[in-house]
Amino acid sequence: MSAATQDTAVRTGRVARTFIYLVLLLFALFYLLPFFVMLTNSLKPLSEITGGNMMSLPQVWTLDAWRSAWSTAQIGVEPTGLKPYFLNSLLMVVPAVAISTMLGALNGYVLTKWRFRGDTILFGLMLFACFIPFQIVLIPMARMLGLMGLAGSTPGLILVHVVYGIGFTTLYFRNYYASFPTELVKAAMIDGAGFFRIFWRIMLPVSGPIAVVSVIWQFTNIWNDFLFGASFADLDSMPMTVALNNLVNSSTGVKEYNVHFAGAILAALPTLFVYIVAGRYFVRGLMAGSVKG
Amino acid sequence: MATQSIDADFRTRLQDWIPKLVLSPSLAVILVFVYGFILYTGYLSFTDSKMLPSNTLVGWENYTKLWALSSWITAIKNLAIFSSLYIVICTLIGLTLAIFLDQKIRGEGVLRPIYLYPMALSFIVTGTAWKWFLDPGIGLEHTMHLWGWESFSFNWIKDRDMAIYTVVIAAVWQTSGFVMAMFLAGLRGIDNEILKAAQIDGASNWQLYRRIVIPLLRPAFLSAFVILSHLAIKSYDLVIALTGGGPGRATELPATFMYSYTFTRNSMGIGAASAVIMLMTIAAIMIPYLYAELKEKKE
Repeated sequence: MSAATQDTAVRTGRVARTFIYLVLLLFALFYLLPFFVMLTNSLKPLSEITGGNMMSLPQVWTLDAWRSAWSTAQIGVEPTGLKPYFLNSLLMVVPAVAISTMLGALNGYVLTKWRFRGDTILFGLMLFACFIPFQIVLIPMARMLGLMGLAGSTPGLILVHVVYGIGFTTLYFRNYYASFPTELVKAAMIDGAGFFRIFWRIMLPVSGPIAVVSVIWQFTNIWNDFLFGASFADLDSMPMTVALNNLVNSSTGVKEYNVHFAGAILAALPTLFVYIVAGRYFVRGLMAGSVKG
Repeated sequence: MATQSIDADFRTRLQDWIPKLVLSPSLAVILVFVYGFILYTGYLSFTDSKMLPSNTLVGWENYTKLWALSSWITAIKNLAIFSSLYIVICTLIGLTLAIFLDQKIRGEGVLRPIYLYPMALSFIVTGTAWKWFLDPGIGLEHTMHLWGWESFSFNWIKDRDMAIYTVVIAAVWQTSGFVMAMFLAGLRGIDNEILKAAQIDGASNWQLYRRIVIPLLRPAFLSAFVILSHLAIKSYDLVIALTGGGPGRATELPATFMYSYTFTRNSMGIGAASAVIMLMTIAAIMIPYLYAELKEKKE
């Protein structure tokens, strides 16, 4: 994904180029419009939305909707705003991402540098696990969490996200480590370095790019998850996406669209931030890791 | 001397075991939480479980009941419409944008993140935004009326026959930029010498892309197809946030069907049967792909 350094052989005429720019700009508009509408309308008072034009900028700029979405909007029965659920999500995402990435790195290391009979089959089993529709595990998972005493709790959700994230993190690290010269590992073994020493000193220091991919992937997936949150969380552990959905779909009273938009943007901020800061590394690493393999 | 060799022997044997020990927790967890759970759900699909799991076996009854339910048929039809349109449109848009962006475009660095950012959002956020944007009362239709285009009408989201297409629109909005990134990576990996040679032979741009570039993008097409079909079958949150399965049950998908039958309508046996069918569908697509991938890498 290096920028336009490559010299494309295709030559295009002026008319064609104008057309290309036009199409590209139209699509930019298509992608930006819903977000633009959400943002501008979250800064309006409610009366301007119901009575006015969604495309126009606010006449009265106000942060009231944001304040309400964050700390006073009614979610469920309590007027708590989204703040506690934002924290729930953070408490769930950070450990889940850390644990699944660490396990993925170790698994990838074993599967590429300490190969044994049947390792491809084991990897195949892990890989297929990434792609199952989660509906197939919902019923037993609910029972299992109950048996383990983790039902409706944040540790329970962390467990769920780690379990169904390991497949992907293992895939990323395995494909990445596969291209790392095994001779270096062999040489270190001859010098007497053990399993963990090689991992810490040789593998981890070069794992930066794929760790970024794994962390972004896991972070966005877990932060954005709705199905597990809706199935296994109770009010004290409910993640942001479920709370947002409750806020938007609560049927009591007037629909406060501006508050809904502010809430939706709040729910999107962490992942957007991660994409903007590290998105380019993500695409680059993802392509290197999964397509070429 | 002797003790030392025993010691060394022990150490090498330990070194043999450590990798397997390190792998085993992940493996155990996957065996139980994925494959064990699949078996359990499969088992439940042959029982008369209602609100709670039951052990009374009823044979294929849940499956015959399932295929007799009109809402399941609707869900399957919707999935067929949704996934085919979603995959085709995302691929077309992704490919077009990637090819256009690859023409030494000024501002590529600005455009790329704009195309890609929806992928970072939760389907709940996307659904919330589009639900409102498409609402005839306050969204696009209302805006067009205010701008003086009185006859403009766009009420698909309220229309039983058209609502499933609004799900397609929102889903395409979310993922097509990501598909673009995959194709762009593929394009950047093509050797320019091949293209130059073809041009010297007098190939037009159209021929160049149709005959040479697009066939070379085969791996990117395959990855895009696999990722998109996987996302399509799993689609749950988007429908919940955008239409709630409605109007009526017009936008029900297998994923929402499974959830409502299992958890709100107390027909766990039927819910489990529908989950098994979803798994079979995904397996039919994924297993050949994964098999080919893993075999290739071995060589």
